[in-house]
Amino acid sequence: MSSNAITIPGIRVEGKPWVDTLHEWVTTVDHKRLGILYILSALLFLAIGGIEALIIRIQLIHSHNEFVSPQVFNRMFTMHGTTMIFFVAMPILFGFANYLVPLMIGARDMAFPRLNAFSFWLSFFGALLLYFSLLGGSGLYGAGNAPDVGWWAYAPLGARAFSPGHSSDYWTLALLVSGFGSIGTAINILATVLCMRCPGMKLSRMPLLVWLNFVMAGMVLIAITPLSAAQIMLLIDRYLGGHFFDTQAGGSAVLWMHFFWIFGHPEVYVLVIPAFAFLSEIIPVFSRKPIFGYPVMVAATVAIGLVSTSVWAHHMFTIGMNSYANSFFAITTMAVGIPTGIKIFNWIGTMWGGRIQFKVPMLFCIGFLFQFLIAGLTGIMQAAVPFDWQLSLSYFVVAHFHYVIVGGILFALFGAFYYWYPKMTGRMLNERLGKWHFWLFLIGFHLTFDVMHIPGLLGMPRRIYTYEPGRGWDTLNLIITIGAFIQAIAILVFLANLIISYFKGTEAGNDPWDAWTLEWSTSSPPPAYNFATVPTVASRRPLWDLKHPEDPDSQYE
Amino acid sequence: MSISETQPPWSLPYRGKVAMTGLIIAESAIFTIFVVAYLFYLGKSLTGPTPHEVLEIPIFFTICLLSSSLTIHYAGKFLQRGERGAFLSLWSLTIVLGGLFLFGTGQEWHRLIYVHGLTISTNLFGTTYYSLVGLHAFHVSAGMIMLLIVAIFAFAGRVGREHVRRAEVLSLYWHFVDAVWVVVFTVVYVLGR
Repeated sequence: MSSNAITIPGIRVEGKPWVDTLHEWVTTVDHKRLGILYILSALLFLAIGGIEALIIRIQLIHSHNEFVSPQVFNRMFTMHGTTMIFFVAMPILFGFANYLVPLMIGARDMAFPRLNAFSFWLSFFGALLLYFSLLGGSGLYGAGNAPDVGWWAYAPLGARAFSPGHSSDYWTLALLVSGFGSIGTAINILATVLCMRCPGMKLSRMPLLVWLNFVMAGMVLIAITPLSAAQIMLLIDRYLGGHFFDTQAGGSAVLWMHFFWIFGHPEVYVLVIPAFAFLSEIIPVFSRKPIFGYPVMVAATVAIGLVSTSVWAHHMFTIGMNSYANSFFAITTMAVGIPTGIKIFNWIGTMWGGRIQFKVPMLFCIGFLFQFLIAGLTGIMQAAVPFDWQLSLSYFVVAHFHYVIVGGILFALFGAFYYWYPKMTGRMLNERLGKWHFWLFLIGFHLTFDVMHIPGLLGMPRRIYTYEPGRGWDTLNLIITIGAFIQAIAILVFLANLIISYFKGTEAGNDPWDAWTLEWSTSSPPPAYNFATVPTVASRRPLWDLKHPEDPDSQYE
Repeated sequence: MSISETQPPWSLPYRGKVAMTGLIIAESAIFTIFVVAYLFYLGKSLTGPTPHEVLEIPIFFTICLLSSSLTIHYAGKFLQRGERGAFLSLWSLTIVLGGLFLFGTGQEWHRLIYVHGLTISTNLFGTTYYSLVGLHAFHVSAGMIMLLIVAIFAFAGRVGREHVRRAEVLSLYWHFVDAVWVVVFTVVYVLGR
């Protein structure tokens, strides 16, 4: 297996004008460049969504605050939720999948490079459409107006009568367009995994990251499409005078809830399964042990994928479903905890007895394990229907799902950044700044989201503009806001690290972590064709075989 | 690291077929949501007209669409054998049958709108009926455009045996569109009436 880039001696490459470079990036169909474009656009919207979160937090810092108007506050939480889910979490995970899946299976590109580029630009322009609402929301008649109906836009709020102007239309179109992009990427990942594997890379030898992204892509096909269908219905209601969600003509607001959450809950697993994928690659390398229970991990992932498609109505216990429906969704929701628990035990089993290296990627993964466990436990609490009746739509729920998304998914993502940044750029991220980033973010996260459970238990509703003094919420909200700013500082440290290390980081070499999967066998960053000769593999850890010819894994298969 | 001689040769599925299967799964989910909405709102319209009053079973056009699945299937077979003339005539017949079906839908909509006054905003039946049938007709139209592109290339003599796999991907889509019609037909014209 030849690993390095092909170099032609005696040829001096001259620097290109920046217009050419820009043109190359805009017209690229290379999976690595598209992966990086996904990640960069997601980081841009992470900053924007983060600023919106800070505005929300400043508004809630004490009772009777008037930092922004109620109208602006509604727009902020709508835009924050929509941005973070659709234009940060999805694209950034697709970006990593795009970059890593072909490299890990020894392929030279995705199955459909042009579809890949098309999907990226759909998702990017979808995000621009959402933010264009700030200019075009009220048409030509007045000041701009962003969507303000919450990220799930419950009927009848999305109807013409309650959302005049175009702000909700931009929201609908943005989600529809980026949804089509997601479907394209999902199909591409499925085809890549099934049709582009290098010789010897059987399904049972694929790295877990590839397996998990494969399951994620399958879930996208059946989870995102109901949302697209519901958005088409909403457009028909708004533009053609349809009555899908128009209760005055016999339509049903509850049907929209069902359609939204048939998308909405599997979406959580669409986001968290790639996070599981990062852990399944990073933890073994920094524990110096192969993953514990590979087949069980695959089976648990598939089980999560299947069960999670029948849990959606646990978001709707308070609308008054009958007791059979309540029991069904409570049981399925608790059942998801079983395969997830298996995974957590497997990661701990991988670390058990290993020589653990506490490098920054591993720190983030360990943070994930603790926080995701707590997030799962508060999830099980809310799966109990009577408990949910009490706490649904309170800050307890907000704390719970931020624990999943920030404490789980974002921590895993940061781990992935520190782990694969050397491969993408050829330079290591600064370890010192990385530790600052980790500890600051950890402290900020726990200040914000641990404390946030308490006002929820005390009865503070979510999406509330302000509150009365004397309810015991003031101090708690002050602490939450302080935590939010500590997180913001940590993110700034992270962004600074990304930029500084790009220019001044130490050279990474091909394989800085002494890892075992194929992406580390090629140069950093990999050449456009990935591998000079297509590799062949004989085990789950091809680089281990290469480094230890005296004791290869393939002997034990 | 090399594969030992005893292992079977490395073969993987064709990416076009895998991708079309993926698209079909995604499209099935979209259609499922529309079918659920149709069934959920059956009989919930506050005003007329009702399906029973205005819908007529489109037997002839259904036969047209379903038989086009057969013609495209055999067109592919002939292409594989290199019989280009037979391929071209069956492929064109598929387009004609698809066109007839769309004509039938158009005729039905014209009747519903101008004779019975049923539009998409009349009542819940109108909203769900035009959305579901329209979504299907949209997919037929998209398929027709792709079939036409292949036909144009075929008349120019540019489609040969080497394109069999691609033609099969397209015919997979066409079979899916037909299968969806079976569901829509059952839901709208049999159960819903």
